[in-house]
Order: sequence, then structure tokens, then C-alpha cells
Amino acid sequence: MSLKIVPDITRARIWDLALKGKRTDGRQLLEYRPIRITTGIIEKAEGSAEVSLGSTRVLVGVKVETGEPFPDTPDEGVLTVNAELVPLASPTFEPGPPNENAIELARTVDRGLREGKALDLEKLVIAPGKRVFVVFVDVYALDYDGNLVDASALASMAALMQARMRAYKVVGQEAIWEEGKIPLPIQHTPVAVSIGKLGNTLLVDPSLEEEQTLDARVTISVDEAGRICSVQKGPGCLLPSQVLEAVSITKDAASRVLQQLKEALPAA
Amino acid sequence: MKEFTRHDGRAADELRPIKMQVGLLDKADGSAYIEQGRTKVLVAVYGPRDVHPRHLASPEGAILRCRYHMAPFSTEERKPPAPSRREIELSKVIREALAPSAFLSNFPRTAIDIFAEVLQADGGTRCASVTACSLALADAGIPLRDLVASCAAGKYGGRILLDLDSVEDQEGEADLPLALMPVFDEVSLLQMNGLLTEEEFKEAFNLALEGCKRIYELQRQTLKEHYAAATRITEES
Repeated sequence: MSLKIVPDITRARIWDLALKGKRTDGRQLLEYRPIRITTGIIEKAEGSAEVSLGSTRVLVGVKVETGEPFPDTPDEGVLTVNAELVPLASPTFEPGPPNENAIELARTVDRGLREGKALDLEKLVIAPGKRVFVVFVDVYALDYDGNLVDASALASMAALMQARMRAYKVVGQEAIWEEGKIPLPIQHTPVAVSIGKLGNTLLVDPSLEEEQTLDARVTISVDEAGRICSVQKGPGCLLPSQVLEAVSITKDAASRVLQQLKEALPAA
Repeated sequence: MKEFTRHDGRAADELRPIKMQVGLLDKADGSAYIEQGRTKVLVAVYGPRDVHPRHLASPEGAILRCRYHMAPFSTEERKPPAPSRREIELSKVIREALAPSAFLSNFPRTAIDIFAEVLQADGGTRCASVTACSLALADAGIPLRDLVASCAAGKYGGRILLDLDSVEDQEGEADLPLALMPVFDEVSLLQMNGLLTEEEFKEAFNLALEGCKRIYELQRQTLKEHYAAATRITEES
């Protein structure tokens, strides 16, 4: 993701426009690209969602299996997030095990969902300390035109909300499957907002050419009440005042993303 | 009313006892050691030196590489020595915290390698690593715009506290690690996990900034004392 493929002339233009509060694609500084959320597109997965932010596209599949809990949380189910920067998404992505960018992406999405308590993990226990449900969230980048984090976090949340696992009853220490499907125990709906810094200007949802021009980038996750549940700064530096400004911008931007999520998943 | 004290007797805005040392490894070009409470981190810097593999070399400047690694015996339960996903992520954020501080463009087609080994982990290991890595870079003679000082603040038992140890981190409600280049007032590392309102975030952020500034003074003092001692030895001989 670090490969510079943006010509200097484009970078100069992004800078010039930012000083006037404008962007190359005509957006306002605090405006997202068009967001599209489609759910339930992979029938074999318990939950799935594809999110596009402009031409950035991310597909997320949710699988639910049974397994052992972590020793330090015997009374909670397990949430696991993995991200693959699939080579079809960008000329700079290569096949192979997840590199540090993919790992950081997965861990940033994971922290948002975990700290924002997207799932009530205590409701995913079959036998405390022995058997729990394991929810796998697999993030697949399909087309990389900047800001994979927000798209991945949104697609993950949408896929969890849409997911339906098989109904079950607990007999002894095992789950016995029953007829029908049940939703996952959704508790909160955290979303991630990425903010870029160009000099003194802050902008939301950087595109790829903006991302490669930025001085710094920071991703902030907030829940539906506007509480901050995770922060991850990328490369570059911010002034302390800009960090606080970014936090206050996030609330507004997040409420607009959340609105879209609610429209796409009215029942959840 | 009785003054509030933490489980280890500290006040809310008090750092753990800190010990810093530089130039303690013989073979490394630069080295540093930090103890922050029971957290112990040893750092070595090699470089600027040849880049292997060669294709990673950049004509624009030195490439900075960083490995944050925890010793298997550093934790309560043995930590398998292979790098975990957490260590890979932290290596990246630590590198990104340090990169803006160094004049990398002075050394094209070279590599500067930083190795941070956590010998004992008792909370705040990434911050202690950043602080020690910056000292080791200075000790290696790499020209720096400023030292990078790092410290975390967090929330535990409903209170905003400075420099959480492992008890406060694991049972706490939030953790906010931060790194600062005080001369430029630039934040070069910022992460947060937990749950904070905007007000609480502001309070924790400002407290962590304050912690970074205090750590910065200790870093400067450590370097000054080390080089003053080195000068004395040279003059005597």
C-alpha cells in the first residue's frame, strides 16, 4: 500500500484544492464518497456484505463454528477478524500470507468491533470454559481505491447484522442443532471513520490518490452513542489540536454512515 | 478526604519509576535500555548499513526497519517466540512513530535496523519501546529532528490514569498509547482501545501528552549524563 503511483502533478492539485476546502472529485472535505451496502450475497456464509465507497469495494463473509474459548475469557464466545488484501484488488497487492498492512487492517477492524461491543459474546457460550461459538469475520478487499479500513469495518458490521446462524439448544456440554435460523446477538453498531491530514486541512474518507498525498491518517471508531472505541493512526504526524478536531469530526461523519447502515438493514 | 491512590500506591497522574540507560551493548551501533515499573525493554540499532535484500534499498534515503519482539519468558504464560500478529502490528506503528524523527534522506541506499526486545512485559511495552528506540537511534549517532517520547494514559475503575501497568491495562476500560516529538508538538503514535466519551478521550489524551513531556526530560537527561561521562573518560586518558 506504500507504493507511490500518484503523479506529482496530481499531488500538487490535491494540495491546492485542499487549501480552498475542495477535493479532486468534487466532494466536500467532510463528505464520504457514495456508500453502497449489499448484504446476503454469499449463501454459504452465515452472513455476508459487500460495501463500496466510491470505487473501493470490500466483501466480508461471516462464518460461525463451535470451538474452545480463550483461557482468559471462559464465559465469552470468540470473535476473529482476518483480512486478505487479495491481489485482484490492486497492482500493488501480492499473493501470500497477510503482510503487516493486512494484519493492521484486520486488527483495526477487530478492535472497533470488540471494544465497541458489536456482539454480546457472553450469549455465544455453550459450556463455560469448554465450548463456545466462534464467529469468523473474513475481510476480502476486491478493489482498492483508498480507505479500506472504513469499508472493511462497515462491511463487517453489516455482515454480522445480516448473519443468521442455525438455531440450537444446549444439551449437556454440546449444542444440538434445531430447525430454523437465528440472528447473532448484536449489541452495538460501531463504525470506523478515517480522517486524512493535509497541512492544516482535515478530510474524511480519503481516496487512493489522496491517501498517497496525505501527511497523516487516523481512523477512529465510534459506537451509535458517539463513544470512542478505537483509534489507530497510520504513518505521519498530527498536532494535538488536530487529534481532538478529528475526534469531533468523527461523530458527525459516523452518524451519516450509521444512517446508511440502518437503511440497508432495517430489520436488524 | 483521603487522597486517591492506585493499587501500587501511585497518584492518578504519576508515572511508574523509570530507569534509562544508553550505549550498553558492545556490538550495536546504538543501544538503550528502559525500565518503567516492571516493564523492561532492551533496544539495539544497527546502521546505516547495506540493505539486504538489495531491492528494498531506496535512492531517496535510508529505509527504517523495526522489530518489536517479546521474549518468551517476558509474560506470565510463556509467549511462543514466533512473531504474533500483535507484534507485527506494533513493529509497524513503532517504526511509523520513529520514522518522522530521523533525517533518513541523509543516508540513501542504506538500512537502519531497530530491534526492540521486551524482556519483561508489565504494561506499556510499546511506549517504553518507542522511548528506548529513540534513545538508541540518538546513541547510534543518527541525526534526529527530535527525540520521540512515548507514554500511555487510560481509564481504570472509572478514573483517567497515567501510565497503566498490566493490572490496570487488563482490567481497565481503555488504553491510549501516545508518542510525541515535543519540539514540534507532533504526535507520531496514537492508538486507543476501550470505551471513552469525547470528554474522557480529551482528558486521557492531554494526560498522556503530559506524560510524554516528562519522559522526554528523562531521555535528555540520560543522553547528557552518558555523554558527559564519556567525555570525562576521554579527557582522563
